[in-house]
Amino acid sequence: MNIKNFKPAIVYTIYIASTPEKVWEALTKDEFSRQYFSGQSVEVEQRIGGAFIMRTPDGALHISGEVIECEPPRKLTVTFNVNWPALVEKLGPTLVTYEIEPSGDVVKLTMLQSHDRDISDDILSGGRAGWPAILSGLKSLLETGHAPTIKMAPPERMLAALKELGIGTP
Amino acid sequence: MSKPEFVYVIYIHATPEKIWQALIDPEMTKEFWGRHRNRSDWKVGSEWSHQNYDDASDVSVAGTVIESDPPRRLVLTWGHPNQTDVSRVTFDIEDFMGSARLTVTHFDLSPEMLKAISGGWPAVLSSMKTLLETGASLPMTRRNWKKAS
Repeated sequence: MNIKNFKPAIVYTIYIASTPEKVWEALTKDEFSRQYFSGQSVEVEQRIGGAFIMRTPDGALHISGEVIECEPPRKLTVTFNVNWPALVEKLGPTLVTYEIEPSGDVVKLTMLQSHDRDISDDILSGGRAGWPAILSGLKSLLETGHAPTIKMAPPERMLAALKELGIGTP
Repeated sequence: MSKPEFVYVIYIHATPEKIWQALIDPEMTKEFWGRHRNRSDWKVGSEWSHQNYDDASDVSVAGTVIESDPPRRLVLTWGHPNQTDVSRVTFDIEDFMGSARLTVTHFDLSPEMLKAISGGWPAVLSSMKTLLETGASLPMTRRNWKKAS
């Protein structure tokens, strides 16, 4: 897969009072992700070509992907494909990149969600709503030891747009 | 084509009242907004200005209060003094399951302004969240950036 063909559609930056190593750990270890990522468990094989998986709290496979770039504790790029029937076939793969940079005495975390084609605003509305909630939770978790419960309503606008395209949604 | 806009959403474990206070209380803004204060009576039609906390004559942004509905919504015009390039900023604060969602939308931006504020808002608002949740802001946002450069 040539990641040069992918352009960021959603970019979200947040500054965290922590270290790059701690932020990397929070992004790649399930004991952290369960607390800020809607209860989901992340599993990453930290090597290029390794598996990237997220499971819902009941253990079901929700996101499956592959590690594309892996430079701990600076940069992680993975394919981030929601496991819904026909989604990848219709939308192409989704790429998620986390960039971790020291900034003064804190850490700048930037999330980029990229695609190799134009994706409608209706479909992107899901990620635009979700990423700020997820990464606000990650920041709180690292700074206070506790992630507030941010339970999102289902992204109705995105789900309707996916359904329209014939993509299987829950 | 309409001018670009910048939207930033952040969730803060605090009440809407605390977030509103953080936007206008000089003792709070100086901690997370590069040692600046926002001065106004916050009534619709009033002037407001973003000033150096230590020198009120040093004004980097000024404008008019367009809407003011504490603690839910504040809309300001936003321009550098002596420049005609005026943009608009809305702050929307919503309850969200014991936390609050703050959405800052900066409209009618020139390409230069878009570039400048895209770096600024995430740092300022990340630090506001840290201040409200932990009692201390991010150290880098306590300094006057203009002086630092």
